[in-house]
Amino acid sequence: MKPRSRRDTWRLLVLIAPSLFWLLIFFLVPLVMVLVISFGQRGTYGGIVWDFTLSNYARFFDPLYLRIFGRTAGIALATTVICLVGGYPMAYFIATRPPRWRNTLLLLLMIPFWTNFLIRTYAWLLILRDQGLVNMVWTGAVHNLFLHLATAYPAATLFSSLAGLTSVPLELFGTNGAIIVGLVYAWLPDMVLPCYAAIERLDFSLVEAAQDLYANRVKSFLRVVLPLTMPGLVAGSVLVFIPALGAYVTPDLLGGAKSIMIGNVIYSQFMSARDYPFGSAISFVLMAIMLIATLIYFRLGSD
Amino acid sequence: MEKRLTGYLCVSLLALLALVVLVACGGADDGDAGGDSGEPELASELHLYNWSEYIDPEVLTMFEDEFGVHVIEDTFANNEELLAKLQAGASGYDVIVPSDYMVTTMITSGLLAELNHDNLPNLVNLDPLFADPPYDPGMVYCVPYLWGTTGIGYNADALDQVPDSWAYLFDPELAAPYAGQITMLNDEREAFAAALKYLGYSVNSTVEEELMQARDLLIQQKAWIYAYDAEQYEDLLSADETLLAHGWSGDVFMVAEEDERIWYVIPQEGAVIWADNLCIPRSAPSQYTAEVFINFLLRPDVAAMNSNFTWYASPNAEATELIDAEILAEPAIYPPPEVMEQLEWLEDVGEAAPLYSRFWTEVRAAGP
Repeated sequence: MKPRSRRDTWRLLVLIAPSLFWLLIFFLVPLVMVLVISFGQRGTYGGIVWDFTLSNYARFFDPLYLRIFGRTAGIALATTVICLVGGYPMAYFIATRPPRWRNTLLLLLMIPFWTNFLIRTYAWLLILRDQGLVNMVWTGAVHNLFLHLATAYPAATLFSSLAGLTSVPLELFGTNGAIIVGLVYAWLPDMVLPCYAAIERLDFSLVEAAQDLYANRVKSFLRVVLPLTMPGLVAGSVLVFIPALGAYVTPDLLGGAKSIMIGNVIYSQFMSARDYPFGSAISFVLMAIMLIATLIYFRLGSD
Repeated sequence: MEKRLTGYLCVSLLALLALVVLVACGGADDGDAGGDSGEPELASELHLYNWSEYIDPEVLTMFEDEFGVHVIEDTFANNEELLAKLQAGASGYDVIVPSDYMVTTMITSGLLAELNHDNLPNLVNLDPLFADPPYDPGMVYCVPYLWGTTGIGYNADALDQVPDSWAYLFDPELAAPYAGQITMLNDEREAFAAALKYLGYSVNSTVEEELMQARDLLIQQKAWIYAYDAEQYEDLLSADETLLAHGWSGDVFMVAEEDERIWYVIPQEGAVIWADNLCIPRSAPSQYTAEVFINFLLRPDVAAMNSNFTWYASPNAEATELIDAEILAEPAIYPPPEVMEQLEWLEDVGEAAPLYSRFWTEVRAAGP
């Protein structure tokens, strides 16, 4: 290999300077600030007192916050699994269409996301709440149907009990289910796109080869397609899991603020409690957990 | 060729740097010009940081016409957002509108400028009741703008009686019939204030035992709560999603103007009284312009316009006769003296603040 001239090194430096600068200003500096603040203490009126302490980290391991974290992880995991189960077949479908259709289908997938995130979440509010779209159908059309059936067939008690059931609105808004619906909707494309990229690159002659070797469809999928598209699947899962773990707007809006996630705890430390050090410590613990989870996941994925 | 490219790059970078320096210096020059001259001058622009729909837009136009100062309004959703913005450094705002307890916090944090009362002759118009607020004695840092209470908004059509007690939100027998149709403010101090008042304690309690009782009450109440919400609870009331809402008087009246079934009541146990205040941040670009603006808002006709627009009570005594009779006659906006005595200001709880925060997190984490 030719030794690098000074000019090459200089040129390389100029080329990577913008990204280095970007990382420095928007990632490293804030990160260090958060780290430093996390070792401080809250002043009586909300400022930061620079007494070095580890107590903010100890506070995170209080059962109260651990429980909130556990619930948050559960919601994020459910979101990821649902996105995976729904998104992978979607990606598979798009990737196996003729090339001229693929871009159109991908565009259709992306179009809803041109609308602002808050507006889309508010739309779900209108769908899920007691007087919302779902319950309008549930207590309207569905209820009427069972009422008619109950009067037509008085002997069948099933219909009258179903009519009774549909007379009250379903409790959708303000539940963990509503939060998961909102999160799945928000992050589904982040699952579909990496899966699509992986499946599109797949050499389908390998599938034919597997079938030539008497593998049935299930087996060829499990032994050939799935392992080969695993990197996309892992990337998609990480891309969904991490933002879901940090969510705070969705639980406030769709969860009616009744179900608190760790993101809401961080938010309230910075806003209402004005306890910057504790908020920073939680953020840091959360980042560490995400980093470890990601490393484990990628390690698993590469095997 | 490549060398030339690098050359261009260097030159354009230098040019950019020069431009930045020039602009920065230009800005600094403008700032100095105002400060150096002995006679204060009005700036050409005034930046107002306000709650949304909290000033009659006509008032801003009048100010522009009279003084030639263009007002740029920006809005915030809660006191904490306002504080965070100010604490993050110079905000560029001339006038801000924090609530009472937040004024205390801002004074202690050294964020507010002392007012020059010579520029505020209209202060004499204020009702003596508000002229010496407990959170800023002598109005050194702030001038009361509008005031109101935190009580219960309700749907009068769906309820048999007026929910004139906190028991309608907390007593299992009274509240259970409305299970799933009650909202509480998503605000730790206000939620605790309601519970503490119901229990007969001060809204500023720092006694751990009392706060624990309030916390347990809020956790018990959670079973019949539709949502904790401070942004759209009044719309939920009007959309028939809820029947009872813990909320701020003006918010509810704003909806009541459109929907006659909706009304507001101050619970008999007493409630939180609050005032939003006009203050000048220490970092304000032009304190003099800000004071001229505040003095303008203290003019009786202007104060009345803002009250008529927002449906909040005015601390301006001289404005009273110009306020709509409908607003003046409403006991929930201008309460009778015996109710006034039951009202309590929210004060900064200092050392107890982390306790409130922790208990509020416990309330919100309770349940499934």
